[in-house]
Amino acid sequence: MPGNQSSNSPMQIRQAASENGAPRLVLSGKCTLGALKQQMQSLSAELVTFATNPNLHWDLTGIEQLDDAGALLLWQAWGARRPRNLELRPEQERLFNRLGNIPATPEPVPRNLLDPVRALGKTAFLVWEHLTGIIMLTGQLFLDVKYLASHPARIPWREISATLFRTGAQALGVTALVGFLIGIVLSYLSSRQLQVYGADIFIINILGVSIIRELGPMLAAILVAGRSGSSMTAQLGVMRVTEELDALAVMGIPHSMRLVLPKVIGLGIAMPLIVLWTSAIALLGGMVVAEIQLGLSYQYFFNRLSDAVPIANLWLGLGKGVVSGMAIALITCHFGLRIKSNTESLGEGTTNAVVTAITAVIIIDAIFAIIFSNVGL
Amino acid sequence: MANKDCIIEVKGLHTRFGAHVVHENINLCVHHGEVLVLVGSSGSGKTVLLRQMLGLETPARGTVQIFGQPIYNSDRNKMQSMRNRCGVLFQKGALFSALSVYDNIALPMRELHALDEDMIYNLVMLKLKMVEIEEQHASKMPSELSGGMIKRIALARAMALNPELLFLDEPTAGLDPELIDGFVKLILTLRTELALTIVMATHDLDTLVALSDRVVVLADQRIVALDNLCNVIGNRHPFIINFFGGDRGKRALTGIGNNF
Repeated sequence: MPGNQSSNSPMQIRQAASENGAPRLVLSGKCTLGALKQQMQSLSAELVTFATNPNLHWDLTGIEQLDDAGALLLWQAWGARRPRNLELRPEQERLFNRLGNIPATPEPVPRNLLDPVRALGKTAFLVWEHLTGIIMLTGQLFLDVKYLASHPARIPWREISATLFRTGAQALGVTALVGFLIGIVLSYLSSRQLQVYGADIFIINILGVSIIRELGPMLAAILVAGRSGSSMTAQLGVMRVTEELDALAVMGIPHSMRLVLPKVIGLGIAMPLIVLWTSAIALLGGMVVAEIQLGLSYQYFFNRLSDAVPIANLWLGLGKGVVSGMAIALITCHFGLRIKSNTESLGEGTTNAVVTAITAVIIIDAIFAIIFSNVGL
Repeated sequence: MANKDCIIEVKGLHTRFGAHVVHENINLCVHHGEVLVLVGSSGSGKTVLLRQMLGLETPARGTVQIFGQPIYNSDRNKMQSMRNRCGVLFQKGALFSALSVYDNIALPMRELHALDEDMIYNLVMLKLKMVEIEEQHASKMPSELSGGMIKRIALARAMALNPELLFLDEPTAGLDPELIDGFVKLILTLRTELALTIVMATHDLDTLVALSDRVVVLADQRIVALDNLCNVIGNRHPFIINFFGGDRGKRALTGIGNNF
């Protein structure tokens, strides 16, 4: 548009002498943020040098357009007060009147030496808060179960089955892939070592015990914590942001019973099944490598497995699955319900939930290892 | 209003969501310095048209030009300068929830990379005063604010770079009557002080009567009327009769009764 070219010219400064010989500064053009932009800094410096002369006569009536940013530029150059000789149009007068009472820039708060101590204390309280929060949520779930036992019609079957499908059936692909690869790696590395000692046959013991007792449950738990745990926290968090949690509360539908309990029960059922699946696929991977590397036939591997691995290991693995599955759901739901209605809290909450869930899973594993140290070995 | 060139030009615009046709051949020209109000029943596509003018949605057919340029431009600098000349007030404010009130308003100014922090502080304070928010609220987070305050702060953010073109989507929805009056007054002062062009979608008749230069009525997938308020009321389209003819409409229109 040709019409816009002329009207977009930034402010011009012209020096002139007035009738009585006093120096005079005539400003013209557009003095707005849009027109000045990158010239702001240089123009500011120029205006400051002019402002050092107290007798200078400022004529702003020629300015086509003046906005608050432009007015502020002049105001700062003048040192936050009007020059002695100033010519303004009435609407410019109003603008400068408003500039007069801007609150001063607040003093930066001095750093307190006790801040690190205070931060440490806050973290300690936060950990305590989470701990009591999770215990309270667990207690609430027990009360819900008690209530549902006497009102079986209100058991949230649909939600439980949805959780089973989302955390169980849909996780089969990724757990199978990871399990198979870990089985291959483990079998390959062990078989190389065993070959040196001529103890090829023990590959079955090593793979069987380590995968069924330890690796299968751990792999599955960590994958599910990352995959389903994050989605649980994010789901509850978004429900908080969009006030859906409040809508449920005013309808008299308790969060714990309708949202948390089905997830805890669902994952408690799905998790041991995933553990079983992951262990089976990992063993399959190990079997393939054992056949290629050591020439152990599938038939032999399979027959020896039941002798090499006491059945207690399988129950232990499944038990770990149940406990860690429920713990993952409980922890991620606890974090999800704590999310505040802003985007930052949502991201932070999800991260914390997944990290805590994975840590908890490993702690649970360690506890199992200590308690059952003389079972099944 | 010397310059009658189109600031926004919509040509032959069609919108379709699946099989559902929202707009059919919409042609519209927004003049420099006017307040154009979009009205229409809910579902008539006011917000969609507004979003298409902003380039947030692509029409099935047709073009939108702002400041004589197409809204889809490969030149980054041109796009950016066009964006800097537009301010938008979203229906729910759309304040960044992770930033304080101060940082929300300061963000577009900082993105300009032309102002120092001291200048930004003063400008933010001016904007806050403009929308009548006390300075002690500057450090608050959006989640701590009431709906009316969110609207006003969102307006302050929309005005952060003193845009020439302001889009308002339901600016008075969810505000109490007193705040609406204040809001209308605020827009009127902004108009006189800055050469502001405003495109607004609203349901509120009081706001429409107080602010509009021209009214666009969307119904039956097209523009059924585009004129100043008095002439639009004269139109006998069923939606217009219903919209302005009810008790609400009569009450709001008594103020301009002399013009009939």
